[in-house]
Amino acid sequence: MADDPTPVLAPSPASAPTRFVTPTIDPDVLESWTSYVQRFENDEAFIQGQIEQSVMVTTFDRLIKMVDGVYNWGRRSSIWPLQFGLACCAIEMISTAASRFDIDRFGAGLFRPSPRQADLMIVSGTVTKKMVPQIVRLWNQMPEPRYCLSMGACATGGGPFKEGYNVVSGIDQFIPVDIYVPGCPPTPQALLHGLIALQRKIDGQSIKNVSWYGRDPLPEVPVPVLGPDLVDLRQLPDIQARAAELGALSPEELAAMQAGAGGAAAGTEGGISAVMAERLAIWRERVASKG
Amino acid sequence: MTKQTDVVAAPAPADVVAAVHKQLGERVTVDDGGALVVGPSNLIDVVRALRDDHGLDYLANLTAVDWLDRFEVVYHLCSSAGGAPIVLKTTTDRANPRVPSLFGIYPGADFQEREVYDMFGIRFAGHPNLKRILMWEGFAGWPLRKDWREAYFEQEHKPLTSRWPDGQFFFGEDKLTDWGSNTKLPPAYTGAEIGRPKPQEGQYVVDIDALRRGTSFGSDRLVVNMGPQHPSTHGVFQMRLVLDGETVVDLEPVMGYMHRNHEKIGERNLWLGNMPFTDRLDYIAQLGSEWGYALCVERMMGLEVPERAEYIRVIMAELNRIQSHFWSIGFLLNDLGAFFTPSLYAIEEREIVLDLFEMATGSRLMCNYMRFGGVAYDLPDAFMPLVNVLVNERMERAIDEIDAYLTNNEIVMERMKGVGVLTPELAIAYSTSGPVLRGSGVAYDVRRADPYGIYDRFDWNVVTANEGDVYARYAVRIGEMRESLKILRQALPQMPAGEILGGKKAWQVRVPAGEHYARVENPRGELGYYCVSDGKANPYRYHVRSPCFVNLTSLAEMCKGYKVADVVAILGSIDIVLGEVDR
Ligand code: SF4
Repeated sequence: MADDPTPVLAPSPASAPTRFVTPTIDPDVLESWTSYVQRFENDEAFIQGQIEQSVMVTTFDRLIKMVDGVYNWGRRSSIWPLQFGLACCAIEMISTAASRFDIDRFGAGLFRPSPRQADLMIVSGTVTKKMVPQIVRLWNQMPEPRYCLSMGACATGGGPFKEGYNVVSGIDQFIPVDIYVPGCPPTPQALLHGLIALQRKIDGQSIKNVSWYGRDPLPEVPVPVLGPDLVDLRQLPDIQARAAELGALSPEELAAMQAGAGGAAAGTEGGISAVMAERLAIWRERVASKG
Repeated sequence: MTKQTDVVAAPAPADVVAAVHKQLGERVTVDDGGALVVGPSNLIDVVRALRDDHGLDYLANLTAVDWLDRFEVVYHLCSSAGGAPIVLKTTTDRANPRVPSLFGIYPGADFQEREVYDMFGIRFAGHPNLKRILMWEGFAGWPLRKDWREAYFEQEHKPLTSRWPDGQFFFGEDKLTDWGSNTKLPPAYTGAEIGRPKPQEGQYVVDIDALRRGTSFGSDRLVVNMGPQHPSTHGVFQMRLVLDGETVVDLEPVMGYMHRNHEKIGERNLWLGNMPFTDRLDYIAQLGSEWGYALCVERMMGLEVPERAEYIRVIMAELNRIQSHFWSIGFLLNDLGAFFTPSLYAIEEREIVLDLFEMATGSRLMCNYMRFGGVAYDLPDAFMPLVNVLVNERMERAIDEIDAYLTNNEIVMERMKGVGVLTPELAIAYSTSGPVLRGSGVAYDVRRADPYGIYDRFDWNVVTANEGDVYARYAVRIGEMRESLKILRQALPQMPAGEILGGKKAWQVRVPAGEHYARVENPRGELGYYCVSDGKANPYRYHVRSPCFVNLTSLAEMCKGYKVADVVAILGSIDIVLGEVDR
């Protein structure tokens, strides 16, 4: 049997032909062979069994998990933070990067001066109104996957300076934050703990549902504008509605503005552009669905 | 190279005031507090006489007070030879506040006047570039006016009755504002300007036409923005450079990206409640900042500080100075391109100092250690042996190490010598202080010029260097670390036992009505606190004269004619801390 060159997949009939004799195909064999082939077309359980026997024992989910393991290990072990210090907390961030606490042990020691090369934005200090447009812009420039770590009381909620007229009550009003590290300033140990927490978060992600492999890219965060005070563009429709109520805008003007048709060149001047309105809608949905 | 000089004492401010009064007759009056009062129309003449005839060549501080019926602009003038400052005041009405600018007499008034304009809306006639400095152009309101209220305004003064005594708590964004955020828009604001090009006024530092004209070689000039997100600007600081090729033609610092409303919050706080905020001014020299504020309030209250507390303060402040200079030298080298390695060596000792701070005060950075009349806690038992080892063995070696590797290093000398030169005359005129002033050969150190604490008991020298360049500032810092070490070596064995806090502990102090300007020599220069009390539980006016902020006035002068890469080194040699620049 072992030397039989005939490609017979089914069990061989009892009367095996002698060596070197051209075999004639037994109709029974032909029959079983055909039905065997047909089963590949129809019987899923059979296929599964065959594949498991002979190819590789895995499922799609298991396969993804294996890829995730390698992929996440790679990402978590080389988080490149943005070299970006805001206030006193930045001093502790530098101390963390220095030799005593050595953030490099966790693979996060390569501070990049350019947002294009960074994975992690450590918002280390007080977020002021004058600075927040720049922070949002930097965030928009960071390619995904990107993470935001809010370091200290100020970045988290305004901290000791919350009541100040130039202080934003936390960076999470504009940027989605992954990890909050409490403290004023957080000690280097606390920052490292935050980093480890971020690594755990990365470990829990899967390429199946991460946003950067999704069909639609995440919308940019609208960069706030410095007007008479900080103007959050997501609030602009409400602001205009209030102005309309107060009589500063006629209802038509308001409608025109909100449709992005106000001003001389529609879409760019006066009011919000159509693109921006769309972005706002997407953003709102995301925020609402997040709960 | 560096030399060590003694400062001669100048005449007492009361004598100067009397002499001025005699010379200028009825153009000036003297108020109860001993301040000279002059009308805005006479201001320029009087100030010129003060500078030229009475040797008051240094404008230490310039600020304003809102008295609700009038604005008072306050100047503190002193002599670069030393001595306490004299106070000059002028008033202007609130409806149309206008005061002549001192820019022509003291160029150091530049940023300080802009700050007063930004915060109070007082216009300085004759100022060449009067626009907002900390807030942005177009911000609605003059924040430090007493009748201006921020979005989260709840009550004029703390403690807030909503929180105390019952301890209710709510989030400001839920209760206090329209938009659920810390913003306050005028009611009829429509946002119509968004998306339109911004108005040109105040937008550009430079004369755009001059740019177009180009240079004699027909090359175009270029405006380059450095910052606010830039690895070499030591935080969120922006410089607008006008370049001709690679040469700096003009430069304007743009700041306020970290303006945290220190003064407005300070005027709502209780007196003692400001202490932790002072830590967050210069967060690399936190204890020096606290000392300045404590000193100001103590002098206003007439408090005595016990011996032991004085010694603890000196020890803490000098340790702080050393670690701060280590930090700035490390990062100066960072700016020169020696990426992070020198910094790593420089902040090695700093970590030990921070450990000592943590041991004594409970925190590495935000110590909150000084109190009016002393310090909060006594030193723990383990502190002294450790600090002795540090001061007598480790520090010296660390300074020597830095000195050996850097001071005669060819690259360091090449990059730093002859770069960013500031002459002594200009250094004084621009009101610079600290290593910048002493690096220009002016032996002016507040510890010697206007002594406070117990510095007169120790044997130490004011370190100066004559070249006025980046290298000289570096050399002054190295010299100052050695002098601080000398002070520490004297102070540690002398330290007596005893009380650490005069009077009884109180969370609320009453400060008698009056005003005072107290200054200390922080690692970055003359840090001053100007407080006005109306006898209530909160400061009526609380102003911080920040050395970094004023030192930056001279940045453009130092950078002109040098290359872009030198600008980074020059900025590093001024050693700014943004928390203090923007406050
Ligand atoms: S949390 Fe504290 S230490 Fe950090 S930036 Fe704010 S005030 Fe400074």
